[in-house]
Amino acid sequence: MKLLGLFNYWVFAVLLMIGLYALISKQNLVKKIMALAIFQSAVFLFFITMSRVDEGTAPIIQAGVANQIFSNPLPQVLILTAIVVGISTTALGLAIVVRLHEEYGTVEDNEILAMDRES
Amino acid sequence: MNLADHLPALQVIVPLMTAPLVILLRNGFLAWLGALLASLASFGLAILLTVAVLGAGVPEYAMGGWQPPFGISLNVDGLSALMLLLVTGASTLGLAGGRLSLRRDIDNRRAPMFYGAWLIALAGLCGIAVAGDAFNVFVFMEISSLATYILIAAGRDRRALSAVFKYLIIGTIGATFYLIGVGFIYMMTGTLNFADMALRLADVIETRPIIIAAGFITIGLALKAAVFPLHIWLPRAYTYAPNAVTVFIAACSTKVAIYVLLRFNYGVFHGNLLAHSDLFTVFIIPLALSGILLASAIAIYQGNIKKMLAFSSVAQIGYIALAAGLATHAGLMAAQLHMFNHALAKGTLFLCVLAFVLTTGSASFSNLAGIGRRMPWTMAAFVIAGLSLVGVPGTAGFVSKWYLIVAVMGMPGWGVPLVMAIILSSLLAVVYLWRFVELAYYGQPPDGDVSRMEVPLPLRTLIWSAALANIYFGLVPQLPLALAESGTTTLLGGLLP
Repeated sequence: MKLLGLFNYWVFAVLLMIGLYALISKQNLVKKIMALAIFQSAVFLFFITMSRVDEGTAPIIQAGVANQIFSNPLPQVLILTAIVVGISTTALGLAIVVRLHEEYGTVEDNEILAMDRES
Repeated sequence: MNLADHLPALQVIVPLMTAPLVILLRNGFLAWLGALLASLASFGLAILLTVAVLGAGVPEYAMGGWQPPFGISLNVDGLSALMLLLVTGASTLGLAGGRLSLRRDIDNRRAPMFYGAWLIALAGLCGIAVAGDAFNVFVFMEISSLATYILIAAGRDRRALSAVFKYLIIGTIGATFYLIGVGFIYMMTGTLNFADMALRLADVIETRPIIIAAGFITIGLALKAAVFPLHIWLPRAYTYAPNAVTVFIAACSTKVAIYVLLRFNYGVFHGNLLAHSDLFTVFIIPLALSGILLASAIAIYQGNIKKMLAFSSVAQIGYIALAAGLATHAGLMAAQLHMFNHALAKGTLFLCVLAFVLTTGSASFSNLAGIGRRMPWTMAAFVIAGLSLVGVPGTAGFVSKWYLIVAVMGMPGWGVPLVMAIILSSLLAVVYLWRFVELAYYGQPPDGDVSRMEVPLPLRTLIWSAALANIYFGLVPQLPLALAESGTTTLLGGLLP
């Protein structure tokens, strides 16, 4: 049961490693950006999981319900901000890839590096 | 509350709110002027805050009247004030000195956008220095990083694009690691406020999540701070960025990451993790030492003045990390002083490089041969700042090297080898700087033309005031000393002698 109870945390760790591995090993810059998005999503999952409270509902106060249990809203708000940061990073990264493609005619990291060395 | 109470908030708001206004100005010159005025205003605010810190201190600022630890709080102590002076000073120096250079590097149509991004980067960096909680530090860090990527990629050199892509990837990994660490701490303590965190950690001391959090945060910030060997993004990013941008970011962006590192490792973890000083020291000192020696050695073999100075920056970050890793009062003093003095020296050096490139068009050694005879004023300023970088008595660099050596000598058993390493690295710095100085004064210009060609007088005045500041703070180091002393006291909270 303990293993299942920590299921989300395992997913967090696995996603994080998939993202990091792809960031290091992939040469294609678009794939690198995708890896970055996976890497960041893992952290979002981590924060959302920690905010969960057993039997908790959405943190909205309902009239007439006493002793309401709800999940901790703060990590969710933090992640809302972190998602915005993640999207901006992805957008900027893709914009740079577009510019790189215009200048070098390729989106492969090793080819760009080789062209840089020549100049 | 009168206006003076709002200084910590204004420090962020002034550049942040001016940025969209600057973008609306559809004219390169007006946008530059707007950005310069906003940057000068931030510098003024930083000076006011410094005066307040050295006087009665700045009370904790509760954003919107929500009291900490629930609301967002802004804290300004000696260390923050030191960072604010650095950041706003470097931005003003880059903008004021960069007008001619940026007009050449940035398309006039895009200039307003560029200056807007500059101000956003400034706002983010100031925000990190004043923020009193871990998550706001993350947000400001990402704001400043995203804007910095834009600044670096804005020039005409296409190699800047591949350099900035690498910086983006590594910078984001660093920031995400930091966020994971903050998550673990939040999980254990339920708070994000630095002061509150330090108190509540005492209950969960020595638990594994906290140790893991300390690891994630330290490595994440070391990536951002370019501590050797996590520096691979730095040399190319500094080299291919527009020259004025290099003046700005080389002087302050890595130091801000070191600032957060100090805040976390000393303000939060140090009093709470029993083995913290050992873990941190054992992790950071070998990296710092290899950075000091190897990066200085690599700098000797560079054929581009910007790249040489970039590798020198990696070595200087090593000095700061070494001092910070000692976990003593003297060590922290030395780290903060060296942040200040290195920013001063590197800002001046890159400003001189900007002037060289403005007149000759390239930063490669072959192109700059004989430049000392053609631009004697700028070259003399370069030599002064170079001496400060090496740490010659009478310059600012000497003060921090002196403090560093005193701090290192206080380490039982380690003292002498560490001092040897510092001296060896300073000699390496003499070698790489001399290579350029010799070339500049005795080399033959590529086209054999030795006529005078100086940059315009305003830029020359600015370069010389920056160079003289290096001497001034070498002879009268009271200001950075007082700030570092106050910062060290808050960081250690009276824990260490």
